[in-house]
Amino acid sequence: METYRPLSMFLECLKPSFLGCCMLVAILLNAVVFVPSAAAQTFENLLAKHAPLIHKSSSKTVAPALSEIVDFGGSVVQKFLLTWRSKDLYFLKKNGQFVYVKKLGDGGMQLINVETGAAFATVNKAAIKQIKPNSGVRAKISASLVPFLLASADHDERAASLDALARDFNKSHLPLLGAAIKTETNVVLKRRLERAYRFGLIGFGLDEDAIEAAIYELEGDLSLETRAVLNPLLSDKLYVAATLPAGINLARVIVPGKTTKLADGKAGRQSIIGGAPVELSLEAAYNMLVDAAMSPALVSVKARNTALIDAVKDGRIGVEEAAGLDNEAARNAAYSSLVLNGSAAEMINQDALRRAVEGAVFYAVYDNPSQKIVTAAKTVLADIEGEVNFYQAIDLLVDGLSLASICFLAAIGLAITFGVMGVINMAHGEFIMMGAYTGYVVQLFVPNYTLSLLVALPAAFAVTFAAGVVLERLVIQHLYKRPLETLLATFGISIALQQIAKNIFGTQARPLTSPDWLDGAWAINDVLAISNIRIAIFMLGLVFLAMLIFVMKRTRFGLDTRAVTQNPAMASSMGINPDRINMLTFGFGSGIAGIAGVAIGLFSKVTSELGSDYIVQSFMTVVVGGVGNIWGTLAGAALIGTLQKGIEWLNPSNTLAAQTYMIIFIILFIQFRPRGIVALKGRAAGD
Amino acid sequence: MGQSIKQNTGRSLDQTIFTKFLFRNPSIVIFLAALGLFTFGVTILGEGVGLGLISTSFVKTLGKTLCLCIIAIAMDLVWGYCGILSLGHFAFFGLGGYMIGMWLMFARTKLIVIESAHNAVLPPTPGEISDAVGAQIFGVVGGADIPLIWSFADLLWVQLIMVVLVPGLLAFLFGWLAFRSRVNGVYLSILTQAMTLALSLYLFQNESGLRGNNGLSGLQYLPGLEDVPQAIVSIWFFLGSAFALALSFIGAMFFVKGKLGNIIQGIRDNEARVRFLGYNVEGYKLFVFTVTAIMAAIAGALYYPQAGIINPAELAPIASIYLAVWVAIGGRGRIYGAVIGAAFVSLVSSYFTGGQASDVSLGFGVFRWTEWWLVLLGFSFVAVTLYAPNGIGGLFDRFNRSGDA
Repeated sequence: METYRPLSMFLECLKPSFLGCCMLVAILLNAVVFVPSAAAQTFENLLAKHAPLIHKSSSKTVAPALSEIVDFGGSVVQKFLLTWRSKDLYFLKKNGQFVYVKKLGDGGMQLINVETGAAFATVNKAAIKQIKPNSGVRAKISASLVPFLLASADHDERAASLDALARDFNKSHLPLLGAAIKTETNVVLKRRLERAYRFGLIGFGLDEDAIEAAIYELEGDLSLETRAVLNPLLSDKLYVAATLPAGINLARVIVPGKTTKLADGKAGRQSIIGGAPVELSLEAAYNMLVDAAMSPALVSVKARNTALIDAVKDGRIGVEEAAGLDNEAARNAAYSSLVLNGSAAEMINQDALRRAVEGAVFYAVYDNPSQKIVTAAKTVLADIEGEVNFYQAIDLLVDGLSLASICFLAAIGLAITFGVMGVINMAHGEFIMMGAYTGYVVQLFVPNYTLSLLVALPAAFAVTFAAGVVLERLVIQHLYKRPLETLLATFGISIALQQIAKNIFGTQARPLTSPDWLDGAWAINDVLAISNIRIAIFMLGLVFLAMLIFVMKRTRFGLDTRAVTQNPAMASSMGINPDRINMLTFGFGSGIAGIAGVAIGLFSKVTSELGSDYIVQSFMTVVVGGVGNIWGTLAGAALIGTLQKGIEWLNPSNTLAAQTYMIIFIILFIQFRPRGIVALKGRAAGD
Repeated sequence: MGQSIKQNTGRSLDQTIFTKFLFRNPSIVIFLAALGLFTFGVTILGEGVGLGLISTSFVKTLGKTLCLCIIAIAMDLVWGYCGILSLGHFAFFGLGGYMIGMWLMFARTKLIVIESAHNAVLPPTPGEISDAVGAQIFGVVGGADIPLIWSFADLLWVQLIMVVLVPGLLAFLFGWLAFRSRVNGVYLSILTQAMTLALSLYLFQNESGLRGNNGLSGLQYLPGLEDVPQAIVSIWFFLGSAFALALSFIGAMFFVKGKLGNIIQGIRDNEARVRFLGYNVEGYKLFVFTVTAIMAAIAGALYYPQAGIINPAELAPIASIYLAVWVAIGGRGRIYGAVIGAAFVSLVSSYFTGGQASDVSLGFGVFRWTEWWLVLLGFSFVAVTLYAPNGIGGLFDRFNRSGDA
């Protein structure tokens, strides 16, 4: 079980008095227990005093008992609290004495003294009763355990107690942390302790210089917690006064309707385009004046209307007909007549409102009275902000790259069938879908996710290769001379395949679960974390690229393909069978789409519409990059990926808008480079 | 009905030229007679003014089908005759629907707001009315302000002009950009598809000011005519659609049989040769593209009041591809082929996917039409493309070798 060591932090007030050994059947329990000599009462007496509260405890009533027990101190207390929390504490029915219990083999219960740890009697089950604290009480016990566990010998226990501490930090923990830092030997844990200590100091410290120092020590710490601790130091409140008072920790003076709040708490001019909104509107400023009893209340339009409605008698207000009040001017005139009667308060017009606001000073004051602390927090936050921005820019770039690799994966098969062969295959998206479903089916049979992925990749290639060959043989080879009709026929295939998938797999999304090692993320710091699956897809994209270049440039098959695309008749006269090559090339491109489908299925749900989400984008990628060139597809994917993420960054709330602008950009781009980024020149350009 | 249309239109043209034109193209007479007979029959059998044998909802379905025939004619002109496979004409169709839908929704909401304020002590100010309308229409997308594009939604004539102007301008702009840089063939198809996708994605946003994915609804009620039963309104729209279809058919025939028609068919068959003959190919293409876009928009403006609701999903690229499917199955390069294709495929599709067709029980399972219809459609489309490039219209050619086709 556990071995208890002296708790260093309590050494001063404790001295050893008892050493007890308790031999157990299976495990040796080595307990070293200390009892305070100065204490007027024993631990047992203390417990007896609070016995009713402990027997039937509730989270509301248990606090006083707990605090006295904790004050008693010592490992006895720690053991007691741990046992209590784990529902292993019992009491004797006859006198209410608390005991630990060791179950013996014959059904008897061996009682162990809470204070001394010595076994003193064996009873049967009926003589004792278990104490079962509810979850609220257990939470309180856990909080009381923090000081004990913080000094625990067990590393995991110390770490766990630090977590508990962070959730419920109070002032009394500060000296405990300070002591724990001194004795901590684990470097990682020590750093965490130091950080928690600094946070505590900033939150609860009294010494201004110590707080300032603690803030500066946080410099360069990008974590969200740090920012959450520092930001409240810069909170401020708005005030209004006739003149600016002296001796306040002023953040800024506000001009209503003009200035904005800057990140560092100062006031800024509003810029015309895309600036922050005005901090305080004229109306809001006036309402502050009203709240400060410096101006009479505004009569709102609603209040005016209510007053008018109240004043209507027999369809008239005074001499005026209510039915005529269907515009603002008439209503205002009718209301002024009410004001003249003295039956309504005067409306403040815009000029008077402006004058009243201009006559007063509006300003913001930091909640924190210390200028030093505010300056330190500002400096450190600005520094952190700069670094955060830098890492966010990198994050954006990584996002773009990862989207680009997805685009590339989805489009690379098309780069062969459309780009190299010139066959437009609208069912390409459905081949991607088939690949993803193949992955799903393989997972049904192979439960090990890593293994199933390894099986799924070639299986998807095989399935879609076959489908591609069949499509080429049955449909496309008859339509090589009619590209527009290829588009239509393959579109028919696409409708049919989608519906077949729906009929087989249903409309709901099927999971394609990635293995555990793909689930994590490579966390560089608190701002930048790259998920493993993105890295994997990026790598897969690179592998595809290399493979494709190799196949097209270095193999006989690639040579034949290029020959057939450039001049079928000539290729045929050189002994190449164009039919066979076309069939294989089309199958090859389709097979790659299948593999891409497995990769895409790993991070998005597998549905029958999976392919149609990618088809337009894939064609865009190939066309923008330049048809007939694998490097072009790469360039197209890179452009589309980074550009879309860039647009999303400018308008983060709206990914739809990003896609819209992206497509518009592509349409315009094709106007200026109709042949794409990497345009083929000379004879290779064909037509 | 059809006869009267013919005479009405004929009077405005030169009588002799028109009769000669009709004599040379008997398919117009046949078509108008068939359409007239059909319209007459539906009106008599419908619930609104006739015997009540055809339900109002089916009258609406038939009326919508007539609108689909109009856009199919437009598609046939641009694809079958000019060789531009546009996968974007349903976007123009939808835009037309949106433009008329704005008026229908705004004007009706405004009437409702005024009606509800009828008993208020103070009559509402214009500002209050527009605030209430804004809250009614844009409450679902979390706003209450009326976007700028709705500025004229109160005025029917402005929105009617917008039905023509907005899709027309979009088509002109897009076509000008695309044809200018000599984008053609499959590239153009993909580009038009991208345009459709962009437009539908744009409309899906709440910020577009057209109620995002909620779309516009309640379009079947005509503002100020709430008392007229839907059975009557449906007949009005049915007749209106039939009239528009008749006009489109005659217009399209006149267009393709004239000199212009010869040029654009020349462009379809060999663009370079027509260019070398000195014709401004891009100008002709742009003209056809824009005019057919406007036709599509008008068809949409007639369609959506019968459908009652429009949302951005209607503009999805797939719709435009189905349009191509209809025209291909009907037989492109012949106007009546487009009409037959659109009417046949869309009616049969709605029959099979609507669950009316009874399932066929096979030995090992049940063949559900709702599940397998799209598969059949897809494969039959492939078959038509491969083995019957002239579609259903090709059958007529066999009977009528010497005909116009």
